[in-house]
Amino acid sequence: MSAETTELESLANQEYKYGWTTDIEQDSAPPGLDEGTVRFISAKKEEPEWLLEWRLHAYRNWLKMTDPTQVPGSEQWVMAEYPEIDYQDIIYYSAPKKKKAPKSLDEVDPELLRTYEKLGIPLEEQKMLAGVAVDAVFDSVSVATTFKEKLSEMGVIFCSFSEAVKDHPDLVKHYLGSVVPHNDNYFAALNSAVFSDGSFVYIPKGVRCPMELSTYFRINAANTGQFERTLIVADEDSYVSYLEGCTAPMRDENQLHAAVVELVTLDNAQIKYSTVQNWYPGDKDGKGGIYNFVTKRGACRGANSKISWTQVETGSAITWKYPSCILQGDHSVGEFYSVAVTNNRQQADTGTKMIHLGKNTRSVIISKGISAGRGQNTYRGGVQVLKGARNARNFTQCDSMLIGDQCGAHTFPYIDIRNTTSQVEHEATTSKIGEDQIFYCNQRGIDTEEAVSLIVNGFCKEVLSELPMEFAVEAQKLLGISLEGSVG
Amino acid sequence: MALLEIKNLHASVEGTEILKGVDLSVNVGEIHAIMGPNGSGKSTLAQVLSGNEAYEVTDGSVTFDGKDLLDLEADERAKAGLFMAFQYPVEIPGVNSAYFMRTALNEVRKHRGEEELDAVGFLSLARERMALVEMPEDFLKRQVNEAFSGGEKKRHEIFQMAMLEPRLAILDETDSGLDIDALRIVSEGVNQLHSPDKAVIVVTHYQRLLEYIVPDFVHVILNGRIVTSGDKHLALRLEEEGYDKIRAEHEEQAISA
Repeated sequence: MSAETTELESLANQEYKYGWTTDIEQDSAPPGLDEGTVRFISAKKEEPEWLLEWRLHAYRNWLKMTDPTQVPGSEQWVMAEYPEIDYQDIIYYSAPKKKKAPKSLDEVDPELLRTYEKLGIPLEEQKMLAGVAVDAVFDSVSVATTFKEKLSEMGVIFCSFSEAVKDHPDLVKHYLGSVVPHNDNYFAALNSAVFSDGSFVYIPKGVRCPMELSTYFRINAANTGQFERTLIVADEDSYVSYLEGCTAPMRDENQLHAAVVELVTLDNAQIKYSTVQNWYPGDKDGKGGIYNFVTKRGACRGANSKISWTQVETGSAITWKYPSCILQGDHSVGEFYSVAVTNNRQQADTGTKMIHLGKNTRSVIISKGISAGRGQNTYRGGVQVLKGARNARNFTQCDSMLIGDQCGAHTFPYIDIRNTTSQVEHEATTSKIGEDQIFYCNQRGIDTEEAVSLIVNGFCKEVLSELPMEFAVEAQKLLGISLEGSVG
Repeated sequence: MALLEIKNLHASVEGTEILKGVDLSVNVGEIHAIMGPNGSGKSTLAQVLSGNEAYEVTDGSVTFDGKDLLDLEADERAKAGLFMAFQYPVEIPGVNSAYFMRTALNEVRKHRGEEELDAVGFLSLARERMALVEMPEDFLKRQVNEAFSGGEKKRHEIFQMAMLEPRLAILDETDSGLDIDALRIVSEGVNQLHSPDKAVIVVTHYQRLLEYIVPDFVHVILNGRIVTSGDKHLALRLEEEGYDKIRAEHEEQAISA
């Protein structure tokens, strides 16, 4: 067995293919965080007074809060271990230097555009390709948004957060912080104080957004934290599918990514939010990598509305996120489909919270955790059914797969039901990837790496099938790459 | 030159020696039956030949088509044209049977320098080969071996063999758990696939299968060694006398030697 284990480990030495950096001039704030930093960011972005006040409010709250790592158990963090973060050592604002805001792609730094080409999202081509509109966030600022014109004809607003603050201040003011309050948790408060950019989407009444909207995030500059903020509002009877992808260069230091995503659906509206997260996971000994501490939450405010989260998490040294749904509207539906892979020294503590408030609300949770190498994978999920949520239903299925004998899988379901008419089901399984399954594939001419990818993709099928087509293909490949070398 | 040449093969699992010096030579065009009681090592031989790493080869040599078989990984052996029909085919949840088969077939075709098949080409070939084992088409939509009955699993194995067209097929107790109709279907499939440039090794406990797949040679394996070989009549004799008589004879030989 020991030879096998060694091979398992050697297989785990996967190369991170997005590890290059882009050599462009950066306009950065000095490292460190105080009120001055918050004012600096706000001023850089020429923000209105109310937003500066909001940020300062968040900052003052953050000062009073405690880093969850310092008080074990206070904010449920038990399954991840990492050294204390020095918040004074992080650069909170970093932007590619430019003369003016680009009006079209032609004005965007060609070096930047090449970066996106390397990432496989050629913006130039995107212009022509119908189907996906991309907002690309590079470190702290949004670089270019494609398809803006076509979308605006339908009344769809899809722009960087900064632009939204300038052009649609009423919408932003109305919804910002309405789902994730600025004092929600330590990292949400930090984000609220220093967020630099992100995406904003508004789908007007009765509009079915004709294309997938997509944001691509990349952390480029060293010692930079990325604090983006996404706000998506789907007005009555509207629909939008939103995709989010992320990568970062390989660096020996850990980088912090603390994003906030807020979704709101009104009556009969639907948001489908898909993430493929491939931040740099660190090397095989756990050096470097992104700390991915993200707060994502959606509010189904309207009756019959629906929010569906699908995530494929393969990157980051540590992932801590629980995309959740607050089911306020009667008959509203929340869904969470997740694949989380941890290899080498990666740690993931992820899951969801479904909070049932309205009558006849329904939620589905399908979570697939895959641990390889010395990876630790935790599912943490909360299902809360309040008194008024009559006839609420939840179904949770939580499956873990172990590859090798040095990794771990953990499941923490929290269920809290306050009425007698609701129904909650929870199923959980843990399995080891079978040597016999791999041998069966081998015996048909399929090599071990391909076999692992095949078996893992089969394991994750229910989740992958929720992804839009082009994303599903990418996610399948990514699963294979992430687990390359994890079985001998 | 023989297609498969096994010399003095020793193999053990978790430190226990199971194969204790097997010699066997198989030429193209031949069908060999390996018979033996439970625990004699006949399935181990099949597993070792197909490259299951749970078994450790401690001595001896095996050449396949002139190449050192033991030097190849399991998938390389399959690509080189060695196929084993599993006694207990495993389930692979969530993996579509057609996708699995096409992946395997294209790996093998690539290795042979043949063009990979697209979905359309694959499907028409699959339909033709499924007919051989009277498999309904909806098999392809199901997940690999999941919720297959015992008989369906065995037919599925022979279907895969028909798709991959191996030079050497090893059938590991393919008859176990089959009713008489399924046994006939599976055997007819094997017979139709057999040709002068291919060879088959049938590993079985019972003579019953050999009424359908008629062997050119029958070998009896006892305690990790082939103790006697003959033609199809040997199988009939075994059926009548059981393994005890051969075992007794063999022990006598061992004592007198």
